[in-house]
Amino acid sequence: MDFNLSEEQIILQQSVRNFAEKEILPKREELDEKEEFSYEITQKMFDLGFFAIVIPEEYGGMGMDYLSYILVVEELARVDACQAATVAAGNSLGSAPVYYYGNEKQRKEFLPELVSGKLFGFGLTEPNAGSDAGGTQTTAVQKDGKWILNGSKIFITNASTEITLGSIIQAVTGEREDGKKEYTCFLVRQNTPGYKAVPMHKKMTWRSSNTSEIYLEDVEVTDDDMLGKRGEGFHQMLESLDNGRLAIAAMGVGGAQGAFEAALKYSQERKQFGRPIGKFQVIAFKLADMATEIEAARNLLYKACWLKDNGKSFGKEAAMAKLYSSEVMKRVTHEAVQIYGGYGLMEEYPVAKFYRDQRLLEIGEGTSEIQRLVIARKLGD
Amino acid sequence: MNIFVFVKRVPDTESKIKIAHNEARIIEEGLNFVLNPYDEYAVEEALQIREAKGGTVTVVSVGSDAATTILKKCLAMGADEAVLIKDDNPESYDGLRTARIIVQFLKNKAGDYDLLLFGKQSVGADNAQIPAMVAELMDLPQGNVVTSLEIEGSKGSVLREIEGASEKISFPLPAVVSAQKGLNEPRYETLKGIMAAKKKEIPVISLEELGLDKEAIKPQISVLKMESPPERQAGRKIEGEPQDLAKQLVQFLHEEAKVI
Ligand SMILES: Cc1cc2nc3c(=O)[nH]c(=O)nc-3n(C[C@H](O)[C@H](O)[C@H](O)COP(=O)(O)OP(=O)(O)OC[C@H]3O[C@@H](n4cnc5c(N)ncnc54)[C@H](O)[C@@H]3O)c2cc1C
Repeated sequence: MDFNLSEEQIILQQSVRNFAEKEILPKREELDEKEEFSYEITQKMFDLGFFAIVIPEEYGGMGMDYLSYILVVEELARVDACQAATVAAGNSLGSAPVYYYGNEKQRKEFLPELVSGKLFGFGLTEPNAGSDAGGTQTTAVQKDGKWILNGSKIFITNASTEITLGSIIQAVTGEREDGKKEYTCFLVRQNTPGYKAVPMHKKMTWRSSNTSEIYLEDVEVTDDDMLGKRGEGFHQMLESLDNGRLAIAAMGVGGAQGAFEAALKYSQERKQFGRPIGKFQVIAFKLADMATEIEAARNLLYKACWLKDNGKSFGKEAAMAKLYSSEVMKRVTHEAVQIYGGYGLMEEYPVAKFYRDQRLLEIGEGTSEIQRLVIARKLGD
Repeated sequence: MNIFVFVKRVPDTESKIKIAHNEARIIEEGLNFVLNPYDEYAVEEALQIREAKGGTVTVVSVGSDAATTILKKCLAMGADEAVLIKDDNPESYDGLRTARIIVQFLKNKAGDYDLLLFGKQSVGADNAQIPAMVAELMDLPQGNVVTSLEIEGSKGSVLREIEGASEKISFPLPAVVSAQKGLNEPRYETLKGIMAAKKKEIPVISLEELGLDKEAIKPQISVLKMESPPERQAGRKIEGEPQDLAKQLVQFLHEEAKVI
């Protein structure tokens, strides 16, 4: 067993931390309040290589391991979940599916841009198909050698920014021999006639991350825009979510760490009854529990990454890490607000935002209920 | 421009330093180590000069194997080469000894150079001796604790913050310059830089290879004792009517604090 990070991973971790504290922290509150997606910060993150981490060098990527990617997301989330979300979705749900399932032409067309300055959305969820991703109603019908897409998507991260190239759209393309629906994914470009992606506002969580609704009205695409083969859509989506869960788990660990550090510091400074509140055993024990749970969540996450990086099966552990880290961050942010008392409820203090941003983690990329389902199903394996 | 930058691995300034019980050393276990922040300005400055004028930037650290991490960091920032001068002596606090090692390196291994950059001091030991000592031993001009550095042809000029003013000095190259905070904003390592650094070898030079025998570089300084600073006492409270308070305060400042 070896718990050491490599020299490169340590340098990476310090570099991202430094970047997050100097470039993101000063703007965090304002962006959150205005519900504003920051093009400036996003481009800086592109320039540093945060969207190129695991993509191989031949497509302009860095060819780093998955743990390195997770360290980047964790460090960003320690300061701001929203920037972490842009990066996590950009990597796990934007460039990764294009790399894993795309043909050579699609890889060459999209990847160099997706690693250097453009985003791609991952359109699975629909108004009537959330946890039940098989309930997809968007259809693709063949006509005169083309595919005609109709339907809508909701809650799609990174899908309607000025730097979005398009989105992967899962659609029903027919029926399989066994009578079940057949799903296929298409790469749909932003300017395709009949395609519209609109930002969603008034979010409680991830306010400076871009979340979109997508409308498809007689959108024409061709076989060349198909991701992988016909009928592989559902599998592609589920596999992408397996990978994506590790990044959501990293947001849980990083966010919990950020909230914990704020609470620890506050407990040393805030005085009541003549002493720092951290000296009261009740508060000290809360902090001890928080630190313990964060450590456990981090170890579970890194173990899942190690499994993946070593080519072993990691789906169960990824779901466990996602479930556990989200819930650890829930408990940690809950107690962090408690330690801040009334000030914890005020947006000028950092823990309120951690508290709000945590909420998504139990819902996005499979709710906690669905994670338990996934884990339970794998227990017999 | 051939530039050498001398860098040191130091405890993170945010680490809580603990002193070993009854020993004159700090406990290193559990501490986070980083590139000395002032050295980071020196590396950044070297990179900016290279970007403007060409040449190479070589970073050098005198230290144990653990120092390779900070050398890798410098490579990730963009330095061309890194060298570790392996010195297994635990922190000696003897600046002259380290300066002699560096001088020996410059004379025997470095080849040509135009500029020797340092941080103004390393956090932790905070002796601020080495740049000046190296300059003196090499008989080179020096500009220390600088907030600006300009290179024109074969001349350099620097700005130094001095009491109530800033001082500009110029000198011919090669020269020694040590960096103060404010000299520049160090860059973030890019992932590309980190991957490029991974592929670079860091040659290790032993003290013997530099022609230094153990006796000659025995530390001349021994640290007898280390103590944590005393716990801050609570401030004194004065009470009473405003007029009386003012009187008490003035009396205190005059008679006890002796500042007025
Ligand atoms: C900010 C944000 C970003 C997002 N980004 C993306 C994205 O980029 N791409 C994308 O495709 N989607 C994205 N989503 C959508 C997200 O994945 C879904 O919201 C999520 O899968 C849940 O679906 P739903 O909201 O329809 O909830 P529902 O599925 O309607 O669930 C409602 C409740 O019922 C429970 N439930 C449902 N089925 C079961 C069951 N079988 N057993 C027990 N309980 C059950 C759920 O756990 C939940 O508690 C995003 C969502 C948000 C809020």
